[in-house]
Amino acid sequence: MSRNPYEASDVHDVHDVHDVHEDADGGAAGRSLAVIGAGPAGLAAALAAAVRGSRVTLIDAGTQAGGQFYRQPAEELGARRPQALHHQWRTWERLRDGLADQIATGRIIHLTDHHVWCVERLDEASGFLVHALRGPAQEDPSVVRADAVVLATGAYEKVLPFPGWTLPGVITAGGAQAMLKGGLVLQGRTAVVAGTGPLLLPVAAGLAAAGAEVAALVESAGAQDVARHARNLAAHPDKLVDGAGYVAELMRRRVRLKARHAVVAAHGDGVLEAVTVAALDRDGRVAPGSEQVIRCDTLAVGHGLLPHTDLAETIGCRLEGPAVAVDDEQRTDVHGVWAAGEATGVGGAALSLAEGHIAGCSAAARLAGREPDPRAWEEAAKSRARSREFIASLDAVFAPRAHWAEQVTDDTVVCRCEEVPASAIREAVGELGATDARTVKLLTRAGMGWCQGRMCGPAVAGLTGCEPVPSRRPFARPVPLGVLARAGEDLPDE
Amino acid sequence: MNSKRTPLDLVRAEPEPAHTATFDGTQLAVLPGQTVAAALWSAGVTAWRTTRGTGEPRGVFCGIGVCFDCLVTVNGRPNQRACLVRAEPGDDIRTQHGTGHDDSAEGRGHES
Repeated sequence: MSRNPYEASDVHDVHDVHDVHEDADGGAAGRSLAVIGAGPAGLAAALAAAVRGSRVTLIDAGTQAGGQFYRQPAEELGARRPQALHHQWRTWERLRDGLADQIATGRIIHLTDHHVWCVERLDEASGFLVHALRGPAQEDPSVVRADAVVLATGAYEKVLPFPGWTLPGVITAGGAQAMLKGGLVLQGRTAVVAGTGPLLLPVAAGLAAAGAEVAALVESAGAQDVARHARNLAAHPDKLVDGAGYVAELMRRRVRLKARHAVVAAHGDGVLEAVTVAALDRDGRVAPGSEQVIRCDTLAVGHGLLPHTDLAETIGCRLEGPAVAVDDEQRTDVHGVWAAGEATGVGGAALSLAEGHIAGCSAAARLAGREPDPRAWEEAAKSRARSREFIASLDAVFAPRAHWAEQVTDDTVVCRCEEVPASAIREAVGELGATDARTVKLLTRAGMGWCQGRMCGPAVAGLTGCEPVPSRRPFARPVPLGVLARAGEDLPDE
Repeated sequence: MNSKRTPLDLVRAEPEPAHTATFDGTQLAVLPGQTVAAALWSAGVTAWRTTRGTGEPRGVFCGIGVCFDCLVTVNGRPNQRACLVRAEPGDDIRTQHGTGHDDSAEGRGHES
C-alpha cells in the first residue's frame, strides 16, 4: 500500500498540500482525480480513469480496498480462502489486481485509513481540497488537492425501531456481515435474520456457513409482493439466479424462511435472549394471535440501505430523494464532481461497478480537456440501465412494511444516541405542533447525538409523518476542534 | 452438525499468534488484525458501554463506524469506536460508562 509522501502530516504542514502525483512525474503532473471510497464503485472509477491517463488518488477509510461488499479479513488473520465469505470473487480479483498494477505504475496512489470529513471546493482553477483524518485515533489531519473528485461513498443500513432494538445482540444485518467478513467473528451461536431486502439472504447464508445456527430468516415482503412484480423481475434471470442460490443454500442448511413475517420485539435482560416474530396480514399489519417467540442471542436486522451523501451535500451537490443526483456521465451538478455507486441510489455491486466505470471514463476525458464519447462505455451504460430497472422492481417488492410504527411502544428508544423515546417524538407532533423533522429534532433532541440522525432519521420521519429530509451535516464525521481551528491556515494561494 | 465450525475454519485461516490485551482488567486473547469489537465478540462479550441517560448496556450495532453505539475506552481514551479501532498488544480496554470522561486515564486506578 503506497503512502503519499507529499501528504501534509500535520496541520503545520498544510502549506505542503500538493497534487500528490506532482513529483512522480518530474513535476509535470497532469490533472488529478481524487476518488473517495474504495468499494466497487470507487475502484471501478479509479481504474477506468487511471487507465485513461488520469493521476488518481484513491482515498478510503478502510485498511484494505474493497468497501463493504468486498470487505477483506485483516491480513494477519491469514485467511487462505476468504472467498468462502464472498460473492463474485473473480470480479474482486480483477479489481484488486488492477489496483495493484496501477499502484505499481504510479498512476494510482491508494491512501488507506483516511476518513474524509469534508471536500472543499476552491475556485475553478484550483480544484478541490479533500480533508481527511487518519490513524487509529482519527486525529491526524491530512489534505489532498485534486482537480476533480469522484464520490463513491457507499451506503449504510436503515433500521426501523421496535421494542428491544437497543439490546446488545441486536445488530444491523450489514454490521453482522462486516464483523464476519472483516474480523472473522460471530456474535453468538443462534441468530435470527430479519427485516426486508435482498441483503438478508447473503447475511443469513454467511452466518450459517460460518457456524451460526440461523433459527429463522424473517422477511416482511411476501410471495404476493414478488408475484406483483414477477414480470419485471423475470426480465432479469441472471440476477434472480443469485437470489435463488441463496435460498437453496438456506434450505439446505434448514433455515426457516418466514416470508410476510416481522420481528416485532426483542427481549432480554441486558442482552438479547429472544425475539417475537409475527405474521403480517395483506395490509402489513400484525395478524393477531400469530406471535411466536424464538430464542436467539443474535438478531441481524435491516430494512434497506441509505446512500451516504454527506460529502456531496457539503460541496453543494443536488440530491434527488435520498441520493446524489447525477447525469448520464455520472456528473453531479457541481462542476468537477462525479458520483457513483450507492451514493447515487442504492443498487448493489453490479450497478456500482458500471457507474464507477462510467464516472472514471468521463472524468478522465474531461480532465484531459476532451468531450467524452459515450460509446467508450456502451457496455457499462447497458449494464447500468438493466441494473437500475431491476432495482426499481426490487425496491417495490422490499419496501419496509406498512404499519411498522404501530408496534413501536411509547417507551421504545428511537434516537439511540440521545435516548429519546417514541412518546417524546409523538408528543412533539401531536401536542407541540411540530410539522417537520427539524422541529421534532429541536423539541426532542432526536438526531442531535453522535450519529447525527443517521440511525433515527427514517424512524422519526415514519413515526411523525414528517417528510424525510437530508440532514445537511457540515462534516461527514466528528472532527477534533484543534483540527477544525487550524484548517485553512497556510493554504496555498494558487 | 456444524455446531463447532467457526468463521476461521470457513476461510481456512491461519492467523498469527494471539496477543494479549485486557478488558476491565481481565486478560483477553486477541488475534492480530482484529478490531476491539471483534476481539470482545471472540471472548463472548457483547456489551461494553452504558448510556449517558439511563445506563443501558450497548455494544456493536452498525459495525461500520456510523452509529457510535460501540463506544469504548481504550488506554484511558473514551469514545473510541470499537468496530474501527484495532486491538493492539497490551491495550487496556474498559467498559465506558456514560460519557466516559469519568474513567479517563487521569485519576483512575487499575482495579476493575
